Amino acid sequence: MSLALLIEQFLNGLQLGVMLFLIAAGLTLIFGVMGLINLAHGSLYMVGAFACAAVAAATGSFWLGLVASLAAAAAAGALMEVAIIRRLYARDHLDQVLATFALILIFSEGTRWLFGSFPLYLDIPPLLQGAVALPGGGQYPLYRLAIIGVGVLVAIGLYLLIGRTRLGMRIRAGESDREMIAALGIDIRSLYTIVFAFGAALAGLAGALVGALQSVQVGMGEPALILAFVVIVIGGIGSIKGALIGAILVGLVDTMGRFLLPKALALMMPATQAGPVGAALASMLIYIVMALILAFRPSGLFSARA
Amino acid sequence: MAARETTVNVLLVLLLPAVALTALFIGEAFYITLATRIAILALAAVGLNIALGLGGLVSFGHAAFFGLGGYVAGVLATHAFNMEPVALGLPGTTDMPVIWLAAILLCGLVALPIGLVSLRTSGVYFIMITLAFAQMIYYFAISWPAYGGEDGLSLSMRNGFPGLNTARPFPYFIVVFVLLLAGLFLFHRLQASRFGAALEAARQNPARLAATGISPFAIRLVAFVLSAMITGLAGALFADLNRFVSPSMLSWHMSGELIVLIILGGKSRLFGPLAGAALYVLFEYALGGLTERWQLFLGLVLLAVVFFARGGLIGLLAGRPRHG
Amino acid sequence: MRKFLAGGVAALALMTAGIAQAEPVKIGVITTLSGGGAGLGVDMRDAFQLAIKQSGNSEIELVVEDDAQKPELAVQIAEKMIQSDKVDLMTGIIWSNLAMAVVPNAVAQDVIYLSPNAGPSALAGANCHPNYFNVAYQNDNFHEAMGEYDNKDYKKTFILAPNYPAGKDALTGFKRYYKGELAGEVYTQVGQTDYAAEIAEIRASGADSVYFFLPGGMGIAFMKQYAQSGVAIPVTGPGFSFSQDVLPAIGDAALGVKNSGTWAKDLDNPANKAFVEAFQKEYNRLPSIYAAQSWDTANLILSAIGKASVKDKDAFRAALKEADFASVRGKFKFNTNNHPIQDIYVTEVVKEGDVLTNKIIATAFTDHGDAYADKCSM
Repeated sequence: MSLALLIEQFLNGLQLGVMLFLIAAGLTLIFGVMGLINLAHGSLYMVGAFACAAVAAATGSFWLGLVASLAAAAAAGALMEVAIIRRLYARDHLDQVLATFALILIFSEGTRWLFGSFPLYLDIPPLLQGAVALPGGGQYPLYRLAIIGVGVLVAIGLYLLIGRTRLGMRIRAGESDREMIAALGIDIRSLYTIVFAFGAALAGLAGALVGALQSVQVGMGEPALILAFVVIVIGGIGSIKGALIGAILVGLVDTMGRFLLPKALALMMPATQAGPVGAALASMLIYIVMALILAFRPSGLFSARA
Repeated sequence: MAARETTVNVLLVLLLPAVALTALFIGEAFYITLATRIAILALAAVGLNIALGLGGLVSFGHAAFFGLGGYVAGVLATHAFNMEPVALGLPGTTDMPVIWLAAILLCGLVALPIGLVSLRTSGVYFIMITLAFAQMIYYFAISWPAYGGEDGLSLSMRNGFPGLNTARPFPYFIVVFVLLLAGLFLFHRLQASRFGAALEAARQNPARLAATGISPFAIRLVAFVLSAMITGLAGALFADLNRFVSPSMLSWHMSGELIVLIILGGKSRLFGPLAGAALYVLFEYALGGLTERWQLFLGLVLLAVVFFARGGLIGLLAGRPRHG
Repeated sequence: MRKFLAGGVAALALMTAGIAQAEPVKIGVITTLSGGGAGLGVDMRDAFQLAIKQSGNSEIELVVEDDAQKPELAVQIAEKMIQSDKVDLMTGIIWSNLAMAVVPNAVAQDVIYLSPNAGPSALAGANCHPNYFNVAYQNDNFHEAMGEYDNKDYKKTFILAPNYPAGKDALTGFKRYYKGELAGEVYTQVGQTDYAAEIAEIRASGADSVYFFLPGGMGIAFMKQYAQSGVAIPVTGPGFSFSQDVLPAIGDAALGVKNSGTWAKDLDNPANKAFVEAFQKEYNRLPSIYAAQSWDTANLILSAIGKASVKDKDAFRAALKEADFASVRGKFKFNTNNHPIQDIYVTEVVKEGDVLTNKIIATAFTDHGDAYADKCSM
């Protein structure tokens, strides 16, 4: 095992983590501000991917597709908030789970109705095609480096937005004391719609970016949703910082587990068994890590509301 | 109001055997199977409802116990069929009562450590940590080759119950229905018992409960383990109904479906799970036959329940609950 | 004399066909019509319906239901079709794990099941059944073919598949015929969407080729990411990952990839020409291999209906076993375990105008059966 391979795998883990952060950021924001469990977050991710693929196919431009994904997901989010989600804030988590589970079904079949049953084509823009050389002799896809870049920008942007802007101040106020913010004369209804649409747009952006690397198909949101939940629970629900660190932890643990576990087991058992057993353990690994973290820190690493 | 709920409950209980008997007389065996399926899912949800409805513990991982129960039935029957011992020289079996006991014990044993760790958390964290444990078992089952992995395990024939021909739909329905009644009775007794009161207190005011010298943690743990055992029993029955068990019984969709059944029927209502299971299975069956877009309409129905039928189907039929 | 006799037999066959035609036949089709895997089921159903429609036999009734790719739901639908609809035949299931849930119980209740796609090894060997006919392939077949073909060009292959029974069967099938060295053997997570770690291992392994089995969305994701990674090692795979349903989603990244299959749209026989033309005309898209297999399944059923009454199970099974229909795959006959004996080809992904499709470049096996037939005591 060479150092170049190890560096490349580390980068892969980091990049998977950043990808997960993009998906999880909107989810944790919405939970932090409104206290809402949104199972349909994965559907918004799917909306972003489909919008991007459809517009990119029609216009030939990935970048226009990216804009469309933001717009479509934000619009779908705003619509969803006004029509349905708004009525759920005062309900308990169970009603939220049922209603947003219903939304998953509706979005999945609705998307299939609109776009058909076959996966769509979405490719990386020409500008980001190809791979760049790494120090130590390896190569790394440019697009994946770009995703790391976008993730860092989104993290910084969110930090500034919440820490430095008027909207951010209201969001923080909303998180800590809802009555107070209403008493201050801030229109909490439109604030919630804006935050929800913003979280949805983040999910849509993630869907478009990840969609270029994966298969744009109905049902793509569900595995992403589960991983996003793992990430925000590890990080502490409502905490953007927690989501970032949780995402990178999950990305690294998953990648390194897939890479190293079969090799480690091969030292102890025949190679033909080590492969499948190692892979089985690797697929359980992030859940084991999550259970361990919650066992010792029941509210995640950086809980916003401990 | 309470009287009305009782009427609704009695009608609900009578509904299943009525359907099964009618189906028996007109020779439509499939509707007996459908009633059996409703009863089994209802029993699984009754189990979950001990944790969720009485204890306020929203477990998003009860598919783990449902699936484990199913695998107990599948694995024991397979070993009996091949005449190989399961472990430690213990033989397999095709005897339902033995399988049930094994499923209940195993699920209890597995639920104990899961509960010990999970109950340290609460709220959304509890939802997600129970999911994490279920996912571990799910991925393990998919990749472990001995019992079929993702392809699952087929039972060559339904396991037996002394004195009954369980291969026929109606006797098997009777077996399942009696167990469902037993599950409902247990739930009812628990709800009314001192343990139920303590569990209620642990949900609403743990500090006060702790002040009386009862540990909320211990109470919740007992409820969680008990809940897992009943869901596990339902899993064993489900495997026998389908004569098949596979990791999809362990998947998070299954966990979600069990929760949906309860909310659909009305949570913390004694008969909520039964009402929910009946509604869900019937919708799945009726819509699935009508259109391939049935999941869209199922989604719309579920939304309508959230908004227009607070308290679920029972709430809609019987009015506001007696308490809570 | 001989000619006369043959004519007489033909006339007799025609007559019995005329009689049999009048008899109503009910066929249950369980397939995946919703969720992520719906594309395969839709192709399967569309081809089946078209074949029945073209036959002009109005006595055939289809009961089509969606299994949503859930084994438990498939079991429930099967029970309903058997007990309530009283179907004579069943078909349609796409996935091995759903077939394993439905088939053993259905055939035990004396319903004839014809598989248009899945062929798990468990049903091909010791657990074979006279009521179970596989009209598609045994799961190992495509991988065996590619293993055989890769011997020609490669000495050191890196192989990967998902960590579940079909994945392990796939790599076992490949290794059964591949004689070179393995640069690595990796099992990935079921449903995995990111393959950066595996691609990095491939890059570092010193392999001269890659063989992968990743069905559905997993394969699309792998191919897109592989194309971006800068790794230039050639890839080969089974036809599922380069079939007409997924090719548009992979795009040019699939160009030139060699893959194995029992069918391609350019296969030169009259039945195939008619099929491709009819399917394109009716649905305005190219058929996939799932459509082709389903078309064959329907025509096999039609041929048997012409020979025997579906109520006479023994005669009908014998009629099916003759496989007396014009397969779009050219040659087709049944092995002792009711699984196909057929040619398996290697195809290459090419571009025809703007459309990606497959072209046959070689024959990997002629009259190929499967490795489990001798374990079947039928």
